[in-house]
Amino acid sequence: MTKPNERKLTIARAMAEAVAQEMRVDPSVFVMGEDIGTLGGVYGNTRGLLDEFGSERIRDTPISETAFIGAAVGAAQDGMRPVVELMFVDFFGVCFDAIYNLMAKNIYFSGGNLKVPMVLMTSTGGGYSDGGQHSQCVYGTFAHLPGMKVVAPSNAYDAKGLMTAAMRDDSPVVYMYHKGLQGMGWLGTEAGATVHVPEESYTVEIGKARVARAGKDVTIVSLGMGVHHALRAADKLEAQGVSAEVVDLVSLVPLDRDTIRASVARTGRLIVVDEDYMSYGVSGEIIASVTEHDISVLKAAPRRVAFPDVPIPFARVMEQYCLPDADKIVAAWAGMQAA
Amino acid sequence: MYRNMVLSRRFEERIAKIYFEGKTPVFNMANGPIPGEMHLSDGQEPVAVGVCAHLTPEDIVTATHRPHHQAIAKGVDLDRMAAEIFGKATGLSGGRGGHMHIFDPEVNFACSGIIAQGMGPAVGAALSRKMQGKPGVAVAFVGEGAVNQGGWHEAMNLAAVWKLPFVCVIEDNGWGISVAKQTASAVASNADRAAAYGIPGKRVEGNDPYAIHEVAGEAIARARAGDGPTLIEVETYRLAGHFMGDAEGYRPKGEKEALFEKDPIPRMRARLIADGIASAAELDDIEAAAAARVETAITFARDSADPAPEDALTAVFA
Repeated sequence: MTKPNERKLTIARAMAEAVAQEMRVDPSVFVMGEDIGTLGGVYGNTRGLLDEFGSERIRDTPISETAFIGAAVGAAQDGMRPVVELMFVDFFGVCFDAIYNLMAKNIYFSGGNLKVPMVLMTSTGGGYSDGGQHSQCVYGTFAHLPGMKVVAPSNAYDAKGLMTAAMRDDSPVVYMYHKGLQGMGWLGTEAGATVHVPEESYTVEIGKARVARAGKDVTIVSLGMGVHHALRAADKLEAQGVSAEVVDLVSLVPLDRDTIRASVARTGRLIVVDEDYMSYGVSGEIIASVTEHDISVLKAAPRRVAFPDVPIPFARVMEQYCLPDADKIVAAWAGMQAA
Repeated sequence: MYRNMVLSRRFEERIAKIYFEGKTPVFNMANGPIPGEMHLSDGQEPVAVGVCAHLTPEDIVTATHRPHHQAIAKGVDLDRMAAEIFGKATGLSGGRGGHMHIFDPEVNFACSGIIAQGMGPAVGAALSRKMQGKPGVAVAFVGEGAVNQGGWHEAMNLAAVWKLPFVCVIEDNGWGISVAKQTASAVASNADRAAAYGIPGKRVEGNDPYAIHEVAGEAIARARAGDGPTLIEVETYRLAGHFMGDAEGYRPKGEKEALFEKDPIPRMRARLIADGIASAAELDDIEAAAAARVETAITFARDSADPAPEDALTAVFA
């Protein structure tokens, strides 16, 4: 029998629980977005909230991302703590002005005299043939532009703690969850994301990476779904007698470069796994963080396993060909040895 | 209202003069004590004062890239605004924002450099007040060009469907930079677009602060009463170019001269005297006081220190 304090939750349930717990103690928190009310969110992360908090605080919006994300900025500046959902991160194209020109910049433009305490939660990731406008990660795009904290949980424990931390933060936080980790059966859920989640409210520090698995031969750095690919790859490498360390970034902004550098200093080798596009993105940033700091720790050239620079294809075989997975990480290790 | 109109005009005149210091003989926007673009609001003062006369510091205003008259009418600190325009450490944002990013949370004023961008935040502030049960109306000033932006439409719909204490005021100066309104908007009066949101729409013909004051008063009272948003379009006149240095080659011959004949400040002065509300001497005093206030602000800005360059790296997060 499972004891209550050992219960496991999906990321979706962990997110909803964090929001509910914070809404109970903080009347300024409310949720706004498309289909987050009766439907409980397309990815389940607002399920049950409407029943408890009603339609004033769990507010379904028209399909008007520019307006409601802009409105969240205004409400946040006026003392509220909105949590808004951008259903698919791919939709950022219709509302990015509200995000990076308003949400991200108003604290700075005001010289720090304004707070913008809002959370923009948005789904990322593909792997289920939803085509190139519903499958992207674009982590690098959000992390590149200053003024937004950016987090990407890989499991339910982090998901709950990061959501609570994000709601309490006085700066805007972009919360990028991966569809394949949400625990929605129809998306082919990654079992490893459903982990023990404490019942009580707690926070996970934004800006702190986590060593998900210790090792000594190679560091595999990743985030979100990529962490699970990395952990599987580490198992496969172990069978070859290779000890891989897996670093889960957890946050992209601020980025915990110290944890990455310390790990690579221990292992001497680096593979970065990113479901976002390869060029100009997270993978390049991680490698630069190591090499510009102290290139002498590296025993081999770093490797990247990332989505190639093409729009995400629909056909299953084509999409799977492009997506990172454990075998590609193992192959990257082999390539590193052969070089 | 007259006091604020004059204060705004004197301020703009001084800014215009100082702006060209060090920028000539070959115009270079980066030079001089006030670098960057500069959008002046000469002629458009009636809209700002007619609306803001109904507002308290507690109410919210989001303004445009041409924000000085609106800021002054809303009660933004003139010294610190001037310092911000000069890029000084004493500026409202310590020099991080500049003339298009005037933020004064003390009086709930914000503006932005992108067309229609203030709509969402104003609607959100109105939502915040409604949800918190707190008083306050949010007013978004936009130009007539902003009405063709998707974000403008989305925000109007959101304000209407949620019946928020919100007023959108369109300053129709006839020109989106060099593009005439009739070539950019499918309807002669953008106030007609209110029908699309099921809310009242009013157009005020002529740059008359009294008429604007009356229409705005009704809209703001309606918003305060919980009866939802109103859309107001005001025909106003941009006496200056779009930006300082604008050659205004797009203007039809004679348009500008005709506009100056309709300059709202001398017209209001004449009316105040004709109606027996103020004597010429009293108005002279108001004008002198405005000029003196502006000099104080300009002196404050000029005498203030530049920000420490490394302060550029602070205030990214709260």
